[in-house]
Amino acid sequence: MTDAQIWTVILLLGAGTYLIRFSFLGLIGNRPMPEIVLRFLRYTPVAVLPGMVAPLVLWPAATNGDPDPARLMAALVTVLVGLWRKNVLLAILAGGVTLAIGLFATGQV
Amino acid sequence: MPPATVKSAYLAGIRDGAPFIFMVVPFALLFGVVATEAGLTIGQVMGFTVLVIAGASQFAALQMIVEQAGIILILLAALAVNLRMAMYSASLVPYLGAAPLWQRAFAAYFLFDQPYIVSIAKFEIAQMTVRERMAYYFGTATPITPFWISMSYVGALLGASFPPEYALDFALPIAFIAMVAPMMRTLAHVMAAFTSVIVSLALVSLPSGFGLLIAAVCAMVAGVIVEIWQEKRA
Repeated sequence: MTDAQIWTVILLLGAGTYLIRFSFLGLIGNRPMPEIVLRFLRYTPVAVLPGMVAPLVLWPAATNGDPDPARLMAALVTVLVGLWRKNVLLAILAGGVTLAIGLFATGQV
Repeated sequence: MPPATVKSAYLAGIRDGAPFIFMVVPFALLFGVVATEAGLTIGQVMGFTVLVIAGASQFAALQMIVEQAGIILILLAALAVNLRMAMYSASLVPYLGAAPLWQRAFAAYFLFDQPYIVSIAKFEIAQMTVRERMAYYFGTATPITPFWISMSYVGALLGASFPPEYALDFALPIAFIAMVAPMMRTLAHVMAAFTSVIVSLALVSLPSGFGLLIAAVCAMVAGVIVEIWQEKRA
């Protein structure tokens, strides 16, 4: 791919991504949205992020898509600590430590 | 609205956004390294990082550039990865919609996963004015954005000399899981998350981004159905 083509991708992707982000926030502003729509939107974070993460946990690209016990354990510990303590940073720490131990134990580091 | 509380909302945003530096640094480094190895110039790496500023879609675009896919296909795939941000944009309207247009236009630039998720978690539980919310939102982006940009640059400089990745890829899943787990406040939230996982895994063979969109819509519907069902029982 030529430099000009790569820059075309960068500029159009940048513009398109910005428009996606601006969309509702920019155009609707403070006009009221119907209650039913708001109801659906309240679930946005819990509807998007688990689905985004699940394939990365089960089939990590770094292991060519093979399930990896170290990563599975790390994800599980992060979920449990997050549910139990309701503390983001603590959950990240617990998951990170579990991952480090798991990678060491399975000889990946 | 006294300026003092707006300032303290901004500072609170910085404080709550700061931990995500640990998630952004490895991800940004990785993008810089991988993009340079794929043959992009430092200018192009920085173009992606500053103009697109959406990691997952940048990796998707990069992968397809390497595979010599057509420009239209690359754009469609990478934009599909970012379509979730339209949902983010809509879900912020009740909280930030009353702010001036120039502020919303500026806010849209920073609407990537971390500022969104940190802010929405706060807005859902805190009583704040629109000005305080906007200040908080920009606060969450303040510590993260400079690291995203500078670490991509460092990654691009290091390029192929970077040691084999020590599971840097997994910083992102861990951080996102840690952010979502505390949001499981009701059965409806749990069912939405569960639905999202199942549908996304089932549709993983679709082009990247599309499966997630369908999963997200199904999950929202599941959440609302459970919510209505619980209201009827109560």
